[in-house]
Amino acid sequence: MSTSTRPADPAAPSLLAGTVEQPTFGESVNNWVRKVRGGDMGSLPAILALLVLVLGFFALKPEKFLSALNIANLFQQGAVVTTIAMGLVFVLLIGEIDLSAGFTSGACGAVLALALTKLDWPWYLAFGAALVTGVVIGTLLGLSVARIGIPSFIITLAAFLALQGVVLLMIGTGGNISINDSVIIAIQNKNVPPVLGWVLGVLAVAAYAATSLLSWRGRRSRGLLTAPFGLVILKIVVLAVVILGLIGVLNQNRSLNSNVSITGVPIVVPCIAVLALVLGYVLTKTAFGRHIYAVGGNAEATRRAGINVKGVQTACFMICSTMAAFAGVFAASRATSVDPNAGGSNVLLYAVGAAVIGGTSLFGGKGRIIDALIGGAVIAVIDNGMGLLGYSSGIKYVVTGAVLAIAASVDAISRRRARATGRG
Amino acid sequence: MTEPAQANPQGRPPILEVRGGRKNFGAVHALRGVDLVARAGEVTALVGDNGAGKSTMIKCIAGIYGFDAGDVLFEGQPVHISDPSEANDMGIEVVYQDLALCDNLDIVHNMFLGRELKKGIQLDEAAMEARAAEVLASLSVRTVRSIRQHVASLSGGQRQTVAIARAVLWNSKLVILDEPTAALGVAQTEQVLQLVRRLADAGLAVVLVSHNMNDVFEVADSINVLYLGQTAAQVRTKDSSRSEVIELITSGSMSPVGAGSGPALSKTTTDSANGSTPA
Repeated sequence: MSTSTRPADPAAPSLLAGTVEQPTFGESVNNWVRKVRGGDMGSLPAILALLVLVLGFFALKPEKFLSALNIANLFQQGAVVTTIAMGLVFVLLIGEIDLSAGFTSGACGAVLALALTKLDWPWYLAFGAALVTGVVIGTLLGLSVARIGIPSFIITLAAFLALQGVVLLMIGTGGNISINDSVIIAIQNKNVPPVLGWVLGVLAVAAYAATSLLSWRGRRSRGLLTAPFGLVILKIVVLAVVILGLIGVLNQNRSLNSNVSITGVPIVVPCIAVLALVLGYVLTKTAFGRHIYAVGGNAEATRRAGINVKGVQTACFMICSTMAAFAGVFAASRATSVDPNAGGSNVLLYAVGAAVIGGTSLFGGKGRIIDALIGGAVIAVIDNGMGLLGYSSGIKYVVTGAVLAIAASVDAISRRRARATGRG
Repeated sequence: MTEPAQANPQGRPPILEVRGGRKNFGAVHALRGVDLVARAGEVTALVGDNGAGKSTMIKCIAGIYGFDAGDVLFEGQPVHISDPSEANDMGIEVVYQDLALCDNLDIVHNMFLGRELKKGIQLDEAAMEARAAEVLASLSVRTVRSIRQHVASLSGGQRQTVAIARAVLWNSKLVILDEPTAALGVAQTEQVLQLVRRLADAGLAVVLVSHNMNDVFEVADSINVLYLGQTAAQVRTKDSSRSEVIELITSGSMSPVGAGSGPALSKTTTDSANGSTPA
């Protein structure tokens, strides 16, 4: 490389040439405040909303809302929406939408139920069949958008209608297939043994601490810009408190019947955690994930950089529908049955809402997996808390709609602000 | 104004030479015989009026179209470039006018877009960041606050700098810049022109497409003038004047009053590949 033979002028060291001035803790906080004020808010509004909601419901229903039983409920209620939302993040990142994700989850749940009952398949084959169904639906959607060029809004609306019919045809009008397989039912109805819960929690925190410390040391030793050490430690401590705190609460007996003991983290929680870790890794650590952001940012530039844009688009739809398939299995497990309305009503809109409330942009190019988790938590808390307070479904929908409207306006306004201050 | 034989002091063939390049789009003869010589360590300006064929010519060189007829020699070897990736593999990089950057990615990510460095399946962020910093430093770029800021927050000149840095990140030998200063203010134009000069000084062959005579005379070593799809002349900057070049651009030939050369279209490629008159 010919240009690298020219050393930087030593008299005027470049900010970029290795003599990086590492920011102090205070400077990092200041930078972050500037970033937020510049319109790059990330999940901050959603986290604030979550805190306000949790504190509000806790103040109104202190004995119930933060009880171990209700916290376990929250996870089980939020699992389906959050799982679909994680998949939707991929589609939203490339600036598209998947309106059919809800009924995709329903169709995959119906496939699972039929495979378990009519075909008498073991749970892993039925689970696999549900996932394959999701992959196939996603491939068809992705090819329609990327190759044929149908707007995603239209083709997924068509799929929304068609899949609704498919679920109805598979299950039969007014029908209901109940699931008896103990493994599938366990996902949403059984818990991780408390000791195992602690072990997994400690391992997760230790793994996070090890990777972030190693990466910090590696970057520091290469003279690259790093976050201050205190901030790295603070993040580890916050994560440890949240994870171990939740495990501690969920490991307490939450049974209302004094003869039976219910303890442990619901099995669906580590399932979602693993899915979130895998998807988060794909998005942030792999070239494929980088290309997803690039397609959302500037598809033409991405194409000129030699990236297969159509392939990336198709893959995102496949990931979204596959996550919907996982959600369909979780929903079937929770209800221990699949009915023709599986994945219908507000499931999809809640999931889109969750992603957007968490900070994923509807305009593409901006979003993270954690957005889906935080947004899913906000929606689950609203639904659960207002239910505890005895509000009707009508009021719940109005409030959820208002929160989504606020989130979408935060997205639009922060985008405008980001334009104005030059932070896309 | 005929170029002396020692114009090619390295004694090596030029990085790129195009002889009699032709390109038709149906009945439209976009290029009707273009010649170009781009040497290592030199800035070769490609000028011409609107519709003269500048963009078509760089797209042919970059492999987006490919010439219909004519010879392309890369480092003295005849080549046929029919695909942009072939051009990239040879070491030809083009910085297009609209830059092709992703606003939502930071400088490092943009520089490595599509050619990320990896450790196994994982991106090697530290290596990419170090390498990007090294390249920017070697180009003496100091105007960028942080290499990890989003491209959206950069000024036009800084964005141009990132696009150029991306082009030289790979072992490029020839960098083609399409109107790099067209949208820039005075100070930023100056910065980018200095960068263009440094690229050439670092040993790359640079082809600068420009409309701006001030820019051309400030940085170019050699000026190639296109007129209605034909090469009117390629002249040494130091041997020619602004009015001569403007005359070539507008009329395709030079009045004999100037440096005393013959009619332009009867082969006035005075800045030829090896300094001697081409066959």
